Amino acid sequence: MTNASAPTLPARRTRAPRSRTLTVVLGGAVLPLILLAAWQTIASLGVMPTSQLPSPAMVWNAGVDLAQRGLLLPNIGISVQRVFLGFAFGAAAGLFLGAIVGLSRFGDILLAPTLGALRTVPSLAWVPLLIIWLKYGEVSKVTLIAIGAFFPVYTTVSAALRHVDKNLVEAARAFGLNGFALFRTVQLPAVLPSVISGLRLALAQAWLFLVAAELLAASMGLGWLLSDSQNNGRTDRIFLAILLLAIIGKLSDALIGLFARWANKRWA
Amino acid sequence: MPTSTAARVRFDRVEKSFAGASRDEAVRPVLRDVSLDVAPGEVIAILGTSGCGKSTLLRIVGGLDAASGGAVSLDGDPIAGIDTRTAIGFQEPRLLPWRTVTQNVALGLPAGTPAAEGRARIARLIELVGLTEFADHRPREISGGMAQRASLARALARTPGVLLLDEPFGALDALTKLRMQDLLLSIHAAEPATILLVTHDVDEALQLADRVIVLGHQAGAPGATIIEELTVPGTRPRDRGSAELAELRGRLLSGLGIDRHGSARGIETEAGIPVFPY
Repeated sequence: MTNASAPTLPARRTRAPRSRTLTVVLGGAVLPLILLAAWQTIASLGVMPTSQLPSPAMVWNAGVDLAQRGLLLPNIGISVQRVFLGFAFGAAAGLFLGAIVGLSRFGDILLAPTLGALRTVPSLAWVPLLIIWLKYGEVSKVTLIAIGAFFPVYTTVSAALRHVDKNLVEAARAFGLNGFALFRTVQLPAVLPSVISGLRLALAQAWLFLVAAELLAASMGLGWLLSDSQNNGRTDRIFLAILLLAIIGKLSDALIGLFARWANKRWA
Repeated sequence: MPTSTAARVRFDRVEKSFAGASRDEAVRPVLRDVSLDVAPGEVIAILGTSGCGKSTLLRIVGGLDAASGGAVSLDGDPIAGIDTRTAIGFQEPRLLPWRTVTQNVALGLPAGTPAAEGRARIARLIELVGLTEFADHRPREISGGMAQRASLARALARTPGVLLLDEPFGALDALTKLRMQDLLLSIHAAEPATILLVTHDVDEALQLADRVIVLGHQAGAPGATIIEELTVPGTRPRDRGSAELAELRGRLLSGLGIDRHGSARGIETEAGIPVFPY
């Protein structure tokens, strides 16, 4: 601030958000740019053969090549579709059962032990059964992803609901709230931060299980692109698939961030 | 603005026991044979040692606990569950942290209040408790005394026939407490509800109440009951330095098992272990 009369508090407040956004964006881009530069340097020095470490340009060209042949977008599209369907079903079931177990003592007694036991089954153990029951179709993959997305949401929501301040609940009850109105007024806003972090974890799990499902049994998708490229020795495509997973994963996480903002305005 | 119609509260041989903590522990009687008739608009202070069931008695009127025996009635209707005619001010403010003061006070409005009328009433109440400037603040941004005032406004938003206050000023510093007492009196003058005030502060009881009742144990009988009842003389606001009240204060304290240390004035010192707080 060079202007002596300017540095009042309101003036700084109005200026801060924009410059902060810029700082965040630039700061976040620093490390990827350094990595890119290091990658380019190592590749052009020829320390490793290009069959093991393709240059950034080769990866870019692999992407352009796939796009021109009409293979890139369908592969991305089917993966995104699987993740979002599986995430939606799994998170919805997790919210629903988490709410039942967290709010009702009866539900807790009845369901919590079983769900707790199922949670300890490593989710990939479901793969053989899902393939026998549901065959190699979309349903088996979406189901596996839904299983992966279910447990983080269920666990965080049920635990958070159990720990809602009983005094607040009682006060709201004393002012005539009960049932859904009580849930919406007290419990939901109280557990909202936990729900959001549960959804974040669930989304990460969903991507994890997507790749697992596609590596094991698929004819399309980013996971399939990885295993197919491994078989054909196309390291450039492997790099491409990993980069795409990173970018799309980050974007989908940002969507949860937007949802969190909206939900905080709406309920909290 | 709707004026509250103060309700008559009648306690008829009210009993309350809680289940024992473990299986072999018998039920624990807390209250027995509590009978009291509270006139509409009357202010009753309920004194008693810690854990004697003062709050339980209040919670029964508020419908948060059910009596094990006997009955409590509001204007002749027996209480079954939470009644729209009662409103509770808890010991802690218990405000929803994600709501502003205004939104918290709005929680107290009876269901079905027309929006415009509700807004006007809330604005008036917030002004009454002196929080207009902080109406859009969240609970964590205001002091404990302010939060307690907001909590009081929330209870008043219900236009209660009976206002139940459970040690509402217990956690406040001494000066804030005195101000809150005066505030409560001016609110009672503006909106004359029946008030049941649980407190462990003898001075507060004498300053605010028309009648003071003391809950305590009688030798050989389980559970607390009314062991002393006195009508406070004079009209409010009372002189905090009144000698007459000082005499009552000594009497109440000794009823609570506290030695008044009056030997210098020729009053016999009683044996006994004082229980703190009171």
